[in-house]
Order: sequence, then C-alpha cells, then structure tokens
Amino acid sequence: MKSENATTRVKYKLTGCDLVFYGISALVIGILTLTVLYIIVYILSASFSSPAALAAGKVVLWPVDFSVDGYKAVFNYSKVWIGYRNTIFYVIAGTVINVSMTLLCAYPMAQKDLYGGKVIMAYFTFTMIFSGGMIPTYILIKKLGIMNTIWSLLLPGAMTIYNMIIARTFIQTNIPGELKDAARIDGCDDFHFFFEVVLPLSKAIIAVLILWYAVGHWNSYMDAFLYLRNNNLYPLQIFLKDVLVSGEFSAEDMMDPETAIALQNMKLLLKYSLIVVSVVPLFFFYPFVQKYFVKGVTIGSVKG
Amino acid sequence: MRTYKGNKAVKKRRFGAELKRHWQMYLFLLLPVIYVFIFKYLPMAGLVIAFEDYKARTGIFGSPWVGFKWFIKFFESYQFRRVLVNTLLISFYGILAGFPFPIIFALLANCMPDGKVKKTIQGIVTLPHFISTTVMVGIILQIFNINTGLYGIIAQAITGHTPNNILGDPSAFRSLYVWSGIWQNFGWDSIIYTAALAGVDPTYHEAAQLDGANRFQRVIHVDFPTILPTVVIMLILRMGQVMSIGFEKIYLMQNPLNLEASQIISTYVYEVGLSGNGVSNFSLATAIGMFNSIINLLLIVTVNKIANKVGETSLW
Repeated sequence: MKSENATTRVKYKLTGCDLVFYGISALVIGILTLTVLYIIVYILSASFSSPAALAAGKVVLWPVDFSVDGYKAVFNYSKVWIGYRNTIFYVIAGTVINVSMTLLCAYPMAQKDLYGGKVIMAYFTFTMIFSGGMIPTYILIKKLGIMNTIWSLLLPGAMTIYNMIIARTFIQTNIPGELKDAARIDGCDDFHFFFEVVLPLSKAIIAVLILWYAVGHWNSYMDAFLYLRNNNLYPLQIFLKDVLVSGEFSAEDMMDPETAIALQNMKLLLKYSLIVVSVVPLFFFYPFVQKYFVKGVTIGSVKG
Repeated sequence: MRTYKGNKAVKKRRFGAELKRHWQMYLFLLLPVIYVFIFKYLPMAGLVIAFEDYKARTGIFGSPWVGFKWFIKFFESYQFRRVLVNTLLISFYGILAGFPFPIIFALLANCMPDGKVKKTIQGIVTLPHFISTTVMVGIILQIFNINTGLYGIIAQAITGHTPNNILGDPSAFRSLYVWSGIWQNFGWDSIIYTAALAGVDPTYHEAAQLDGANRFQRVIHVDFPTILPTVVIMLILRMGQVMSIGFEKIYLMQNPLNLEASQIISTYVYEVGLSGNGVSNFSLATAIGMFNSIINLLLIVTVNKIANKVGETSLW
C-alpha cells in the first residue's frame, strides 16, 4: 500500500520535449488571445482619439490626441437614445415572455409519464428541423395585423425550442421524481408543485435562460429589419446597421446644431464610438455572469 | 379482435383519466402549443404559395395553382448554380478553416495551470461572441477600409500605396466572412470541448507519465481521445447545417461589387421576395426557400442517424 502511494507521487520531471511543447502552446494561445484583445483595444482607442488623427490613420494601438468628441456626438444623436430606449424595452418585455413560455413548456415536457408527452415533444422538435421560411412568415405577420408594431418583435420568437429542451433536461436531472411523488401524497397538485418547488430549484437554469434570451434580443436586428417601418419603434441594432453598414446618418438627427456642423468631420470617429457604446453593456456584465453562460452550454451538451 | 377493441376502450378511458388527473400539466402546455402552431406551423402551411401564382390581392386561397412552375424556373435560371455553389463554398470553407480552432485552443488551454491567467484568457476569447452581427460587420468594414482602416494603414506602410478594395473583391469575400467568424467564435465554441476535457480521468495522465510520455504525447493520446466523441458529434452536426448559413451577416456584408461570391440561397430569397429591387415575387421566393428547407431537413435527418450510430447521442 505504502509503496503504491510512493510510486504515484513520484515527482514528474519536465523534459526538453515538454518545454518545447509548453513554449509552442503558450505562443499559440498568446497569438489567439492577442488577436482578439488587439482588435478590441484598437476599437476602444480609435473611439477615444481625435477625428483628425483617426482620419489620418495615426491610430494603431493607443488613442492619439485623446478626446471624447465621438461620445459627445453619439449622445447627441437622438436616434441612439430612441434606439437604446426601444432596445431596453424589447429586451425586458421579450425576455419575460420568453422565460415564462419556456418554463411553462419545459416543466410538463420533463414529466416522463405524461400521457401524449412524446407526441407533443415531436410536435415541438419538428419545428427545429423544418420551417416555412422567410416569405410565408412575413405574410403571416401581415395577416395577423402585427406588422409594424412591437408585437412583431415580441411574438414570433416567443420561445426557442432548443432552450426549452435545455430547461427540460435541467428539470429532469435536478428535480427527482421522488420529490414529486412525496408532494403528491401530501396533496400538492402540479400547479403548486411548479411554483413552490420547481421554480425555486431551477434558479440556475432560469439565470441561463434570462441571459441567453436577453442577449438575443439585444443583438437581433432581423425581425425589426423585416417587420418594422417606424423610426420610433426601431431597436438600437437597426440604427447601428444604418450608420455602421449603410453609412447613412443625417445631421438633422443631432440635437445640438454645433455638433451637426462638426459631424461632417467626425463620421469615422462616431462609428467607433457607436460600436463601443452598443457593446459596452454586454461586455460589462459578462464577467459577472460568465459562469451561467458556460453552465448553459454544458447542460446543452448533455442532450444537445 | 376482441382484445383489440378492449385495448381501444382502455386507451380511451386512460386518456380521459390522465387528462382529468393532469389537467394542469396540459394547461401549462396550452400557450406554447398555440404559439408553435401559429408561428411555426402556419408558415409551413403557407408554403403552398410556392405552387401558386400568389398575388396579395387574390390571397392564398384565391391565387391560381401553377404546380412546380417556380421550382423549374429557379432550377433553370443561371442564379441556381451560383447561389448553390456560393452557399456550399462558404459552408465548407467555414468548416475546414473554423472547425479545428476551438479544439486546438481547448486542448492547449487545458495544459495551462489553473488560475487567474487561464480564467482571464478564457474570458477574453469568449467576449467577441456577444458582439451583434450588425456591429461585427461594422467592425469588419472599419478595419478593412483601404484608407482609414487598420488594413489600409498597414498595407500603406508596407507597400507605400493604397491597397485594392478588399471589401469589394469577390475573391476575398469568403475569407473575410469565414475568418471574421473564427475570430468571433473560436473562444465560445471551445467551451464545449473544455467541458469535455474536464472529464479526463487524471489516473490516465499519471499512468502515461510513468510510461515516460511527455505532455504533447499525453495531449494526443490521452486528452484528444477523451474529447473525440464530442468532436465527432460536433462535426456531424455542423455538416447538417451546410445548407443553412445565416442570412444576417452575409446580407450585411454584401455590396454590388462582391455579389458574385456573396449571393447565397437565403439572401437570394430575400432579394426575390422582399427587397423591392424589381418586382417582388413571393411565390418564386417561397419556392427557393422551400427547396432549401427540404434539403436542410434531409441533411439533418441523415446526419442525426449517423450521429446516433456513432455516439449514441442524438439531437432529439
């Protein structure tokens, strides 16, 4: 017994081969990480430089002629405020709908003995592998009369089947069937069991769902692009698309006339500042919630 | 015969009893079932317009039936070959170039000692995943601007003159699309392999060390075989998606100059049906979309069968 312990505890010595391997692997990881980091730092630096330095191509790593003019312009741009306001609304309202629907659906689907459960599950999963596509959905939105309303962004994606399956897997693995049997004997019905036992025990998966759906709403532009025609309803991503991709933006939307004149020279700077302003909320929260995202992926991989 | 009848009666009674006992469960399901019916199944029924000469005025029920006219029209048009080839080329390029990155990163990061450095690196590389498509394309357009972008600055510093417009170059489109995608997602995609690597039995490493294996040999002979099932499943699933490249990023990266390489099936559906360039033809666009959906369906079913055989893991 003693000798066995001794052999497994033998101190492992690094060989030359190991050192070469660690060297190369540090290099590869270093290059990959730096490529990601460099682009992020570059965008940040560009956004804090002066319009002239940026247009002359002087910014390579750190800000040149530090200025916050870009941010002044961004916050002066009325569409950004409208977009932010609308996006925050869509994120909150959409996520509330998404998470409620997903849990409502996942709980019954997690019951292995539910009569007809398999058929209903097939009814849901089939929509993951086949869809009517862009045009029929467009016609449907039109026929339902929700075109150009907030509902065209909230309802079509009210639940993601993939997320429902993840929630279902979580409930199946974390809430033992014996618990339900015991509750049933005590006279607890499905309704009470869901609200008093399942929900409190599902905090981790609820966090995952909230984050995934919220990020999805924050970043989505497709539905708004197809179904909305009203400036006052546009989420931030539509304005970002107009400014960053189509290169459109009008001086009339600046709330302060002085900035409107200066704007002509700042188009470029404004783009970088806008990128930062739109991404910062996500990047800021990410470190705090990283573990939930990772958890979601690992739950998903169990039955992905 | 009698038992059959008996079974049916029992079944019927059983359903009634189940419904009574678990009515709350079915009540929970009511809203999701209605939602899926309206927003997923009704559009499928709407596919019928692919076989009609659909006009908004006459509607789905009043438009004349034309059979496979639109499918034939699509197959015979010069666009068919182009969008199909573009879709497949972008897909396979993406898989060939992009698939190994997350695996290599996960394997190498796994060799790092646990601690703050490793955590920070893993945090940094997952960040770009959360950048929206619009902003990502915005970043690509800024960075690769030939006058003011990093690409332009560096090329001018090296060669002394302004480089070719890479953003309008059809031959560069695929590379821009694929490599920006790798930049954005390799870190996020590595999470699943990192999770699989956590399951490596440390005694295997100890045994390999005793046998004189160096770290590289242990990566190849201990770590990699452990995550191989995950790798195979991910690859198979990825193959199931070769015909379903997302519309969003491609559409935003398109410009008249690179259209030759950047027009794919989903963007062509939009072009024909909704863009308002020329006459919108809902029926033709729906037929093209339906062609794509059916191929996707076949691919996913096939791929899932293979995945079932290989790894006893399946999509559903």
